[in-house]
Amino acid sequence: MFTTFLFYALSTVLLAAAIGVITARNPVYAALFLILAFVASAVLWLLLEAEFLAIVLVLVYVGAVMVLFLFVVMMLDINVTTMREGFLRYAPVGAIVAGIIVLELAYVIWFRSDGLPVGAQLVPRDGAYSSTEELGKVLYTQYLYPFELAGMLLLLAIVAAILLTMRHRPGLKVQDVAEQVKVQRGDRVRMVQMKSESE
Amino acid sequence: MWPVASLSFLQTPWLALPELVRYLLVLVGQILALTIVVVLCVAFLTYLERKVIGYMQNRIGPNRVGPRGWFQPFADVIKLLVKEVVIPSSANRFLFVIAPLLSIVPALATWAVIPLFPGFAIADIDAGLLYVLALTSLGVYGVILAGWASNSKYALLGAMRSAAQIVAYEIAMGFALVGVLMAGGSLNLGKLVEAQSGGLFSWFWLPLFPLFIVYFVSGVAETNRAPFDVAEGESEIVAGFHVEYSGVAFAIFFLAEYANMILIAALTAVMFWGGWDSPFAGPLLGFLDGTILEVLRLPGIHWLALKIAIFLFCFLWFRATFPRYRYDQIMRLGWKVFIPVTIVWIVIEGAMAALRVGPWNT
Repeated sequence: MFTTFLFYALSTVLLAAAIGVITARNPVYAALFLILAFVASAVLWLLLEAEFLAIVLVLVYVGAVMVLFLFVVMMLDINVTTMREGFLRYAPVGAIVAGIIVLELAYVIWFRSDGLPVGAQLVPRDGAYSSTEELGKVLYTQYLYPFELAGMLLLLAIVAAILLTMRHRPGLKVQDVAEQVKVQRGDRVRMVQMKSESE
Repeated sequence: MWPVASLSFLQTPWLALPELVRYLLVLVGQILALTIVVVLCVAFLTYLERKVIGYMQNRIGPNRVGPRGWFQPFADVIKLLVKEVVIPSSANRFLFVIAPLLSIVPALATWAVIPLFPGFAIADIDAGLLYVLALTSLGVYGVILAGWASNSKYALLGAMRSAAQIVAYEIAMGFALVGVLMAGGSLNLGKLVEAQSGGLFSWFWLPLFPLFIVYFVSGVAETNRAPFDVAEGESEIVAGFHVEYSGVAFAIFFLAEYANMILIAALTAVMFWGGWDSPFAGPLLGFLDGTILEVLRLPGIHWLALKIAIFLFCFLWFRATFPRYRYDQIMRLGWKVFIPVTIVWIVIEGAMAALRVGPWNT
């Protein structure tokens, strides 16, 4: 009863936040709505007793990815009117992409879930059951290769991003920290011996 | 035990309450008690900070309000409470007001999973370590939104510095905790403390020494404390992200910073220094059993409090000792020193676990 109430309340928040992401005029508000959507879906996962996934969603997306998003969005000078100019021109493409996603979701929910108990009651687990442990076991045995491949893809993306942004401009004044640390007193200061003088 | 006995007339109405109500009352009571203790600790930590730094700089520090200045924090609180809260005219009102709350809530909510004494934490959950990581990573939103909503260049600069710094050090912190997780074999903080039981030399600081250093220094950086306080940087950007805040709103930021310091000290104590375990619990001092000194070998919340106090003293000591880091040096330390150190030590730890050295010898 209480769980059902929570589910509907959180789903409402989630949907409202998702609509807010695409309708908010201010990009910072859009990013904040996205954070709200992530938090609401994390709590929905908690209702499903998937505490590992829920906390990792908050940790990775809210704690790291969205911080960087906000960081970038705050620095951008976005003019909303110029962004809306090409709306009609791009609308058909957007509609096609949205249609494909809806079809994919429908396919997964209605056809691929064949035999899976959709809308069934959650099987309660005892205290010794740890979803973290179960997930780890599956990830490192049955899905080892897909998991490693996903890791390789991410690594590739990191290397590519670094390569794209690492430009060597000539005449750049960069501090060489090793050089700074290596400096001895004798390199900077010259001690001179001289007699005291008086006028 | 007469005070308890005189309360026995309450037993009947208490048992007459529904079980859910009793459960909620006990839970809310625990949360309130812990929060009040943390807030009081914050109040006296500000006093202690001024005293400790004062003596380190050969001054006396606050000594006017109350005996030896003990009531100074309360005077400060009253001053901040009665001050006017100024909201800049071009600030984003909603985010401006909500930002301090976003920084205080994670700082207090993380306390739920800290094991306070053997077998007790307010929320004894299995994913405790992940919960700690997730919540401490949320604290940065208060800083970023405060900086952005103030609509001030200094505040925005402070927020940007702080965001970059926190993202950098969070990775090192997370990796350091991966090491703790490998050594303890659990994500439950209470079980991590149990895995360390057995006195000073069985705590994780010994096999995980580099990770302990990385974690604690990253903790100092995460809480924006000196020498990593470029987010405030008085000499460069006035007061950084909270430059436009006054009165109660500023007090809440202040409270959050100090609550975070206590939290980092508590987490360091729990994960590397045995939490509530006694340093004399090892078999080396077994001859004390049966004598009066046996009490020294018993675990309890006093050991946790003592360890937290020692780490808090280190926070203050750092502030009195080190000049502020330059911004590029902070980034270099985070990305190029700490993260490689943690990755290398995780590999070494894996080798130690495979060869059954250290805490893996069973």
